[in-house]
Amino acid sequence: MQGSFEYFLDQLINGTTLGAVYGLIAIGYTLVYGIIGMINFAHGEIFMIGAFISIICFLILGAAGITWIPLALLIVLIMTMLFTAIYGWTLERVAYRPLRGTPRLAALITAIGMSIFLQNYVQLLQSARNKPMQPVFSGGIELMQSNDYIVSLSYLQMFIMSLTLVLMIVFSLVIARTSLGRAQRACEQDRGMASLLGINVDRTISLTFVMGAMLASVAGLIFLLNYGVIDFFIGFLAGVKAFTAAVLGGIGSLPGAMLGGLLIGLIEAFWSGYFTVEYKDVAAFGILVLVLIFRPTGLLGKPDIEKV
Amino acid sequence: MAVLSAAGADAKPLDIGAMVKEAGLAGLIAFGLAFGLVGFETLDVPGGLAINTRFDDVAAVVVLTILGRIAMILLREHRPLLVAVIGLPFSVVLIVSLVFGWWTYFLPFSSAMVGWIVALMAAVFSLRAINALSHGDTVASREQREKTMDRIGARVQTAAKYVGPLLLAFAIILPFLPFADRRILDIGILVVTYIMLGWGLNIVVGLAGLLDLGYVAFYAVGSYSYALLALHLDMGFWVCLPFAGFMAALTGVILGFPVLRLRGDYLAIVTLGFGEIIRVILLNWYEFTGGPDGLSGIPRPTFFGLEFKRFAPEGMDTFHTFFGLEYSPIQRIIFLYYLILVMALITNLFTMRIRRLPVGRAWEALREDEIACRSLGINPRNTKLTAFGIGAMFAGFAGSFFATRQGFISPESFTFIESAIILAVVVLGGMGSQIGVVFAAILLIGLPEIFRDLQQYRMLAFGSAMVLIMIWRPSGLLAHREPTLLLNDGKSKPQETS
Repeated sequence: MQGSFEYFLDQLINGTTLGAVYGLIAIGYTLVYGIIGMINFAHGEIFMIGAFISIICFLILGAAGITWIPLALLIVLIMTMLFTAIYGWTLERVAYRPLRGTPRLAALITAIGMSIFLQNYVQLLQSARNKPMQPVFSGGIELMQSNDYIVSLSYLQMFIMSLTLVLMIVFSLVIARTSLGRAQRACEQDRGMASLLGINVDRTISLTFVMGAMLASVAGLIFLLNYGVIDFFIGFLAGVKAFTAAVLGGIGSLPGAMLGGLLIGLIEAFWSGYFTVEYKDVAAFGILVLVLIFRPTGLLGKPDIEKV
Repeated sequence: MAVLSAAGADAKPLDIGAMVKEAGLAGLIAFGLAFGLVGFETLDVPGGLAINTRFDDVAAVVVLTILGRIAMILLREHRPLLVAVIGLPFSVVLIVSLVFGWWTYFLPFSSAMVGWIVALMAAVFSLRAINALSHGDTVASREQREKTMDRIGARVQTAAKYVGPLLLAFAIILPFLPFADRRILDIGILVVTYIMLGWGLNIVVGLAGLLDLGYVAFYAVGSYSYALLALHLDMGFWVCLPFAGFMAALTGVILGFPVLRLRGDYLAIVTLGFGEIIRVILLNWYEFTGGPDGLSGIPRPTFFGLEFKRFAPEGMDTFHTFFGLEYSPIQRIIFLYYLILVMALITNLFTMRIRRLPVGRAWEALREDEIACRSLGINPRNTKLTAFGIGAMFAGFAGSFFATRQGFISPESFTFIESAIILAVVVLGGMGSQIGVVFAAILLIGLPEIFRDLQQYRMLAFGSAMVLIMIWRPSGLLAHREPTLLLNDGKSKPQETS
């Protein structure tokens, strides 16, 4: 069975879905790293908060009697992006802005502290138990069938892939075409010069965090829909792997983050499909180490020249 | 209004409109933060989840945020009197009612802890206002604060010559003080363990400037080395100790070899990855490590072959019969305490001495400027590897102590959060400062242990303490860098450079 093409296709679909989650989180890391050069370690927790706000929204909608799925999904999507964005904005304002211009290590420690804080904050408010949710979608289309082995693409997976694709196109356009995107790229190149030219650097950085948080919240929603169960601890591993994805693709590069996310998702899916499930995290980190040794700037990253 | 503007001669008339707008905005943000996660509680009921609303808590959060913001604005606009007049009675009433347990009449919260936070915030605001009233200025600028703290840091480091021995003397007599019961000693052991780990990591982070987020991996290697050797080969603690350190150092060198040429943040994330890899392997290699069940029945350490048991095995002496003492289980605890104290002191002594050796100097030079070092003929990779290996070795020693103290180890004990705590001890104390590690460990490990009853708020407070200390002083509490080398032994004044 493992040798068949159908099995391969199945893993490919699973890996792509997983890759969508990692890619969406990785964009947040890459944007923030590009603009202020820090690892926003608490970004994984923002993803977790997005998942929690999504499940709360679904429960409220269920209680309110809105059961038409497209409408419910749209409301949840907008709500979770909105409320998670506030967390992203506050995180930057409270924890990172006072530390701008201080040693990098200080910002990293603050980020780790924030990550611990947010995890325990959610645990206190929503208890430490697993939060299960009934599947929202059912059914799908059959792609292939041979020897009783059916490869199907569920509507859920189609939804996830198309949503991710749309979001990535929209956000790429925002960065490539709008004045906000231009301001972001200017800040990335030279913050001091950008502010001299009349760009509100603080506002640009805040909006970068808001954008990252929005994408991470969608990743949280996808995670919830795909796995049907969340807890307060999901942010850590997903965050670390998404960061791995960002580094793999070349940190600071938007297409790199998407590519990296997809690759990490595929590596995980194929590793669990063909080797052992237990060591899938080891595989992801192993790839990261190999990439960093042989191509320290990542796959699509620009070489970083150190000036003296 | 003459009274209100007493503190600042240059006080402008208060712009009420702007103040309301700013406070309202803060309230709106607080509402947005609280509405989703505070306002609704997911409850587990048979067959799924139910939802419960807590809108009174949301309202309380919003009101308190607005009040806090107004207090901040008033302080900023040099009107501390108003804050003091309102804030002081408020905080006093709250604290008194919290102490006597009447707080339920004043506050709509379901927990006394939230009440304490509110009361302490009000107290901080009113103290700052009173300070502003008596000194005429409200908020010290960051530069002033940095300067003051740097002076304190420098003073503590000069005082370390006297404070250090005093602390050490206290640590030595601690087990014989009247209040030192088993609980105090356990906390002492824990704190000293973290001090030792902090000193070990200080070699890597503080001296060599390598950001290591996976330090706990070496701690784990040390623990498992000792446990496996003791369980399978029946070797004693003292024989295993060097071996455990060696294994951890070897792991450090093997892991470090490919990754140490990476720069700061990349190195951090790769070491984090390695930490997780080691944990995943420990979790899944069931035949060898016992997987999630861990290893139990790890032998306790002996005092030069004398066991700490009530009854001796055939033909052997126990500690209390050999020394003619009454048997008491606390003897073993005291022994463990001294054991880790000696190990930590050895770590400290080693670090202090190696800083003066060429390799120690090379570490510090490498931290400051890698390119300059390379052009001066220092091999960066080998130098970093020694730092990584030596740091790992001390983690290995501490790890085998952990194994022998607990008698049981499992991968649960070696999660990322441990690495984060150890790193926090090093960074919060002020990187490279040995005495800073001691203070940070007492602050971060000791205090929360004493308040163990507030278990569920422990990590919350820990996280916020990390953030607050870093915002207050980004270079660490007691950071102060003494030059390691001085011209003319520091007698002539160094020239001011711009």
